[in-house]
Amino acid sequence: MVLIYVDQDDQEIKKASFEAISYGAALAKQLGTSAEALLLGNVKDNVAELGKYGASKVHQVNNAALNIFDASVNANLVATAAKSLGASVVVFAHNINGRAVAPAVAVKLNAGIVTGACALPTTDAGFVVTKTVFSGKAFASIQIDTPIKVISINQNSFGIVSGDGTASIQNLEMEVPASKLKVTSVEKIKGEVPLTEASLVVSGGRGLKGPEHWGVLLDLAKALGASTACSRPVSDADWRPHHEHVGQTGIQIAPNLYIAIGISGAIQHLAGVNRSKTIVVINKDAEAPFFKAADYGVIGDAFEVVPTLTAAILKSKAGA
Amino acid sequence: MKILVCISKTPDTTSKIAFTEGNTKFDENGVQWIINPYDEWYSLVKAIELKEKDPSVIIHLITVGGADTEPIIRKALALGGDEAIRVNNTSNDSMVVAQEIAAIAKEGAYDLILTGKETIDYNSASIGSMLCALLDTSFIPNAIALDMNGNIATIKREIDGGEETCETTLPIILSCQKGMAEQRIPNMRGIMAARTKPLKVVEATIKNANTTIKKFDTPPAKSGVKLVDAGNMDELVRLLKEEAKVI
Ligand SMILES: Cc1cc2nc3c(=O)[nH]c(=O)nc-3n(C[C@H](O)[C@H](O)[C@H](O)COP(=O)(O)OP(=O)(O)OC[C@H]3O[C@@H](n4cnc5c(N)ncnc54)[C@H](O)[C@@H]3O)c2cc1C
Ligand SMILES: Nc1ncnc2c1ncn2[C@@H]1O[C@H](COP(=O)(O)O)[C@@H](O)[C@H]1O
Repeated sequence: MVLIYVDQDDQEIKKASFEAISYGAALAKQLGTSAEALLLGNVKDNVAELGKYGASKVHQVNNAALNIFDASVNANLVATAAKSLGASVVVFAHNINGRAVAPAVAVKLNAGIVTGACALPTTDAGFVVTKTVFSGKAFASIQIDTPIKVISINQNSFGIVSGDGTASIQNLEMEVPASKLKVTSVEKIKGEVPLTEASLVVSGGRGLKGPEHWGVLLDLAKALGASTACSRPVSDADWRPHHEHVGQTGIQIAPNLYIAIGISGAIQHLAGVNRSKTIVVINKDAEAPFFKAADYGVIGDAFEVVPTLTAAILKSKAGA
Repeated sequence: MKILVCISKTPDTTSKIAFTEGNTKFDENGVQWIINPYDEWYSLVKAIELKEKDPSVIIHLITVGGADTEPIIRKALALGGDEAIRVNNTSNDSMVVAQEIAAIAKEGAYDLILTGKETIDYNSASIGSMLCALLDTSFIPNAIALDMNGNIATIKREIDGGEETCETTLPIILSCQKGMAEQRIPNMRGIMAARTKPLKVVEATIKNANTTIKKFDTPPAKSGVKLVDAGNMDELVRLLKEEAKVI
């Protein structure tokens, strides 16, 4: 059986979990076994709907204490459940929480693990999983040599596959160890899709000259319904908040569309965005290295190009 | 308070990524090695800041790697830290590395273990979580701030789309990222002092890995950029809609 860890935040199932279930279901089909999900805590969502992504059952530990995330507690429960349910593969989303739990589960199950997988394993000769390495500059095919396997899947690399199944819900009675962590506050960035989950991203660099000039970029993001990101010097200078910093030492993202405005395209920046499906670069310097990594390019002054692009998008949306 | 800082060596961010031996090994030819940026900029500097506030703090650095990691660990010692331990194991299987670190950590009874968010070469983001299971100690991932007040630690961590603050008692394991501390440059005094700081070498004890790297590949090159005239943004919108189908 393939067991998929469902990540929730504030009693809402994360989008990354839908992708993890889609991946787990495809893997289960390939292995000729079932795909079952494991949910810790209670959520506002309709849990049976996880069947849409291919889970036949959802095992739920219905304990409100689990609505607060503790990596150690989660790992204990997932490993115990995986053992008692007889899971042969445990699948996680490679998001913040998934990353914190999957390796600990691998230790507890004495399982080989591949984190940041970007495709289904090949299972004809050994169990081989491909993952991105060197911050997206290469792939490694890694064979897992243990009977039980743990995989975490890179966000936006497999996609959400949804059909019309419903899952049966099984209550899982488990003793929940007490958490040593006391959460004292949570601050959410309001009204914006988290960068890691965004399918459209508009990003700005030093070329925008200062925080007072971000309006053109924000207008474009608003017109598109996109999330916003920035290069490292921009967040270092506090022009934009740290959580917007993408790149090798920031967040790595893989949206459908990444629009880079006034960003030169340094190798460390590209490492965080090179898995984007489509890259648009707007830069006044035709020699900017980013053009080599782009699908579409506009050579021009951002302060002229971006407002016209925003207008064109609004026009196209109004016309459609 | 005793702190253990996990230091790994990675190729410089501008290194050419190529492979040898039938694409089964990373080509180290001409590669410059650096301290993994997360370890250097955030974990290590945070530990140094804690010691600056409270001189009774003891900082040990640990690296799991061959003799070729010694320049990296000396460079880390030049920034700070009292002594270093190198476990002579060249495996790059995370589970092997974590088990080696856990053995040292158990012996040293550390109050705080700091790792980076991930290494920038294999991007496993695994060691902290594995240590959590091996040592049965709380693990807080993606930490962006840490304040100590006696035995109570207040930690801020990144969550999807926000930040969460929690309190707990030591011991804890954190994986550190941007926000935790400000990058520092080693000074001459630090570099001199690092030469005489103790660097203990411990023999490897873990042999069996659970995974094997079969091969590496590099992604296919982009087919080339399609330039759109700056005066014709309607065309860019059309391409994004009809050709790329992303909006
Ligand atoms: C170890 C290490 C890790 C790093 N990690 C990261 C990382 O994670 N993320 C990251 O982003 N960087 C990272 N960097 C920094 C990186 O090397 C670059 O310095 C940085 O990405 C440059 O940011 P930028 O493109 O905004 O600025 P610049 O390189 O200064 O580029 C500005 C661009 O704007 C263009 N421009 C100027 N005016 C206009 C205008 N009016 N209209 C349109 N275009 C204009 C210019 O032609 C230029 O191309 C790292 C560096 C190191 C050494
Ligand atoms: N060989 C190693 N020796 C010591 N620490 C390591 C080693 N590899 C990884 N780490 C630590 O674990 C963190 C996460 O690495 P990884 O799980 O390999 O992505 C790094 O930032 C280091 O702090």
